[in-house]
Amino acid sequence: MSLAVKVSLARRDFQLDVACEFPASGVVALFGRSGAGKTTLLRCLAGLERPAPGRVSLNGEVWQDDHNFVPPHRRPLGYVFQEANLFPHLDARGNLEFGLRRVPAAKRRIRFEEVVEFMGLAGLLSHRADQLSGGQRQRIAIARAVLTSPQMLLLDEPLSSLDLESRAEILPYLESLPDRLSIPIIYVSHAISEITRVADHIAIMEAGAVVACGPLQALLTRPELPLAHLDEAGSIFNGVIAQHDVEFHLSYVSVAGARLALSRQSAPVGAQVRVRIDARDVSLALKPPELSSITNVLAGRVIDVTDDRDPAHRLVRVDIGGQQLLARITHRSVAQLGVSAGLAVFAQIKSVALTDRL
Amino acid sequence: MIGSAYSVADLVALWISLKLATVTMVLLLLACTPLAWWLATTRSRVRVIIEAVAALPLVLPPTVVGFYLLLFLGPHGWGGRFAQQLGLQSLSFSFGGLVLGSMLYSLPFVMQPLQNAFQAVGQRTLEAAATLGAPPWDRFFSVALPLARRGFISAAVLAFAHTLGEFGVVLMIGGNIPGRTQTAAIAIFNYAEAMNYGAAQRLSVTLLMGCFVLLVIVYAVNRRLRNAVVIA
Amino acid sequence: MTKYRILSPRLAAQLLIWLLVAASLVARADELNVAVAANFFGALQELAPRFEQATGNKLVLSSGSSGQFYTQIKQGAPFDVLLSADSERPRQLEAEGLAVSGSRITYAIGTLVLWSPQSQMVDSEGKVLFNGQYRMIGIADPVNAPYGAAAEQVLKGLGIWEKLNRDKQIAFGENITQAWQFASTGNADMAFVALSQVTDGKIISGSYWIPPQSLYTPIDQDAVVLARTTKRRTAEVFLTWLRQDPQAIAIIKAAGYSVKP
Repeated sequence: MSLAVKVSLARRDFQLDVACEFPASGVVALFGRSGAGKTTLLRCLAGLERPAPGRVSLNGEVWQDDHNFVPPHRRPLGYVFQEANLFPHLDARGNLEFGLRRVPAAKRRIRFEEVVEFMGLAGLLSHRADQLSGGQRQRIAIARAVLTSPQMLLLDEPLSSLDLESRAEILPYLESLPDRLSIPIIYVSHAISEITRVADHIAIMEAGAVVACGPLQALLTRPELPLAHLDEAGSIFNGVIAQHDVEFHLSYVSVAGARLALSRQSAPVGAQVRVRIDARDVSLALKPPELSSITNVLAGRVIDVTDDRDPAHRLVRVDIGGQQLLARITHRSVAQLGVSAGLAVFAQIKSVALTDRL
Repeated sequence: MIGSAYSVADLVALWISLKLATVTMVLLLLACTPLAWWLATTRSRVRVIIEAVAALPLVLPPTVVGFYLLLFLGPHGWGGRFAQQLGLQSLSFSFGGLVLGSMLYSLPFVMQPLQNAFQAVGQRTLEAAATLGAPPWDRFFSVALPLARRGFISAAVLAFAHTLGEFGVVLMIGGNIPGRTQTAAIAIFNYAEAMNYGAAQRLSVTLLMGCFVLLVIVYAVNRRLRNAVVIA
Repeated sequence: MTKYRILSPRLAAQLLIWLLVAASLVARADELNVAVAANFFGALQELAPRFEQATGNKLVLSSGSSGQFYTQIKQGAPFDVLLSADSERPRQLEAEGLAVSGSRITYAIGTLVLWSPQSQMVDSEGKVLFNGQYRMIGIADPVNAPYGAAAEQVLKGLGIWEKLNRDKQIAFGENITQAWQFASTGNADMAFVALSQVTDGKIISGSYWIPPQSLYTPIDQDAVVLARTTKRRTAEVFLTWLRQDPQAIAIIKAAGYSVKP
């Protein structure tokens, strides 16, 4: 199950050259700086750009090759633009029904009421676009695309035009999307913080080409990739909610054979969760710390130490029960503690964030 | 001044003018809509040439348009010869000829607002419609057309009003035939030439008031529409 | 505004006057602004150099319809002389004090002709009007143009005016030139025009019928000196020359007019 892409597109100051195969399940993030070509690639997938030469196919169904070009209205895709692009002459309901109506009843796999419910749009249906907030508009845009029962959903930086509050409002919906719909999602973003919450795979783009492609968890910590060198570099872990502590308002998460404590979560015991840990929130000790306010400590073994972008720091990868933890610590500490491959260490984690999905 | 009653000829002339303005407006809207849509959405290089040609009547004196039309419709011109081959009568000195002339002359007044309105719809909005499964004609009718509503109103008003005031072209090819090609504008001119200023005034004021009322109504309606459609 | 004017009176006056003043060394020659009926324009263009040769004075010509000129003169247009297509307008100007009284002369007598550029269309007795084989006849507006009024008289005299109007077979041109244009472009099958428009000594091309003079009021084309002129003497000299100079008379006749004895 895959999305095979081989496209070349020349623009005035830019050349897109991508040959890649994305898994056709879960969330694939297209990550890169502005101008790297992420949106252009997404538009090629949707048929909004016509690369020459180009070849795009999903699960063997060819959307573009040397002889054919399937136009966007015939590709079974949903597309969400950076700015919602709602139709101003229709109210929210009209917008939602626009795509739905154009899908023959037999092919509809998702119902209007379902989508309204899980995107939280109930009270907004009769509003027009100019009466809605940015976050609301974007939710409607997503719902609108979903209602076409697409085989794949494409999202072009859906949060970047929103203010922080709206972003926070929408992220939970985005996080729950992959579980609700069982279709692949391609998510373009330049914000790693969004991607770590939502994506399973990542393709890193630079100057019009895909420089790395693979599971997010693995690529996050690879020192030869730019991800590990970002300010927000970090790692993600798969865990299970083990227990809730009512007295101290905590929840305990089982991760890699150990337990992490975080603020009380709403998810029930047994729920599978994703845990995110920023590299800057990790410090290393040679002995288990005593009498420290930091309660989250994971035992592991150093994999390697590499240079960070900042010469005062080093990146240390620590193996924790088969998963990798990224730590950013000072060069001086590395020297003083003698941190090197194979060393047994205790990782102290100041802050842990949780996402409701695996 | 306006005391005397209207003559039948005056009423007939007003009727011809109204008929001409209406028919021209409707035909122009029908003809220009697809062309304006194409101009607004195409990336072809021919576009600039077509735009220039469509704007030509703006800069040409109406008598020039009328004069060339006269030649064109005559038995030596393409139009005349074509009509002859089909066994049809020539369009000169006919209402149909006036419509043709008015359409040519008012063309830019319809084309420009329509094209601008279609362009204002924006490529992104149309792309959104495409990704939602709407093929090109569907995009036109369900997205572009409703959003271009105000452009249509402008175009219609301009075409109507401009044709009501049409003089030069009608003068050249109409033949001033009462009940067929004598429009109110021509009748006013004739009265003035014959120094029958009373009659000229009467007809002029009628035309003026009529246009004014029409414009007020249209702009009032337009205002209400504007408040209902705001691009988000 | 008529369409056949070469220069607008005001602009012509100023431009040419400045140009000529700058260029000419003859300080004493006058320039007359002449408003001339469209149908006589061609003839006057031929006469002007002769007049200049004879007297040293230049003529600045403005062509148009008599009705328009009348209106403009009433509004103060700076013409020195009016060569009208009729006698009515000059008479009125005299009566209203806008023309120098006693200066009015008949400079030409117009002949009406039914003409078509097609050589087979009009027979020499005008019977074509009764054969129903034509679509449209062009005439000048009867209200404003004397040739148009004459054409109407002819058609009424022949008893077909009502019918032609009912069947909408008459195209009314704003002036005699437009009537001629209707026919020459072929849009009208034939037109009642001034003989002067289609003759060059003899009829240039096509077919024609000259209706008997008895069918219409003679088209006396009168000229007057306008009261506003500052070159009254020169203007009077011009009119006298027009009426009496043998060369002038020959040109006028050759142009398709007759003159008063």
